[in-house]
Amino acid sequence: MNDPLVIAGREYASRLLVGTGKYKDFDETRRAIDASGAQIVTVAVRRVNIGQNANEPSLLDALPMKDFTYLPNTAGCFTADDAVRTLRLARELLDGHDLVKLEVLGDATTLFPNMPETLKAAEVLVKDGFKVMVYCSDDPIQAKMLEEIGCAAVMPLASLIGSGMGILNPWNLKLIIDQAKVPVIVDAGVGTASDAAIAMELGCDGVLMNTAIAKAQDPVRMAGAMKKAVEAGRDAYLAGRMPRKYYEAAPSSPTTGLIGS
Amino acid sequence: MLHISINGESREFSAAMTLAALLDELGLTGKRVAIERNGEIVPKGLHASTQLAEGDALEIVVAVGGG
Repeated sequence: MNDPLVIAGREYASRLLVGTGKYKDFDETRRAIDASGAQIVTVAVRRVNIGQNANEPSLLDALPMKDFTYLPNTAGCFTADDAVRTLRLARELLDGHDLVKLEVLGDATTLFPNMPETLKAAEVLVKDGFKVMVYCSDDPIQAKMLEEIGCAAVMPLASLIGSGMGILNPWNLKLIIDQAKVPVIVDAGVGTASDAAIAMELGCDGVLMNTAIAKAQDPVRMAGAMKKAVEAGRDAYLAGRMPRKYYEAAPSSPTTGLIGS
Repeated sequence: MLHISINGESREFSAAMTLAALLDELGLTGKRVAIERNGEIVPKGLHASTQLAEGDALEIVVAVGGG
């Protein structure tokens, strides 16, 4: 595989990871995810609706586990204990699958991570054999701590979950990228294709998004745009951009041989 | 009478039963679910041999769309 994303020893061709929430229906979910080219998809763990028709279509029918790498998350958890409990249930649910997304939220208004609880949960989960991809603040010190605990990837927010505000602090992300020895994946805040490209141009290893695709006017088309943006951003990063030269214009065309000279 | 809490709701059953029998009753046999009984996960392989007891609290979860 050419330039794969490697997470916990496994290679992925796609550097775009996508959520499966907020779509109109499972058909749209599947079409958008196919258009995104994503191989890793996040899922939530929730109480089954007792009494509901058990034969209703489910996410597992739309996105068979054989076709995708499931990344069960702890969305909605506000304590380390709840997050750990949720992921242990997820592991049982998915036949021992141990690649997970840890997120411990700090408050319901900002959905900002509660980092002390996140660190606590990460420690328990890593010891318990989970491969932990962790949603975190864009604080390089705490990102380093998570890496030292043994997390498989650190996933700083670019801006608030579901906000679509884009990459608000590229310099902090850059600090995290420059020091990290595990993949750095921007998780949360991407609003449109250029945001994803900027994240990748900074040197992020991947981008995880849900709302930017699901809540676009045309989710399937936006999924395709995100695929291209992530690929373009990655290529631009690997190609190495020209230096910025403020106040130093340089013509691209020959300066000699002009008519009338 | 057997009183069991399922996902926070109290339910009443007329006779003793196993966890597998309860799943059958709820139409969940063969569905991909995970179960916690009184805070402890009951692995799939033990559903048939797990006898439910008065006052048990169960959490039954599934995978749903999420980000």
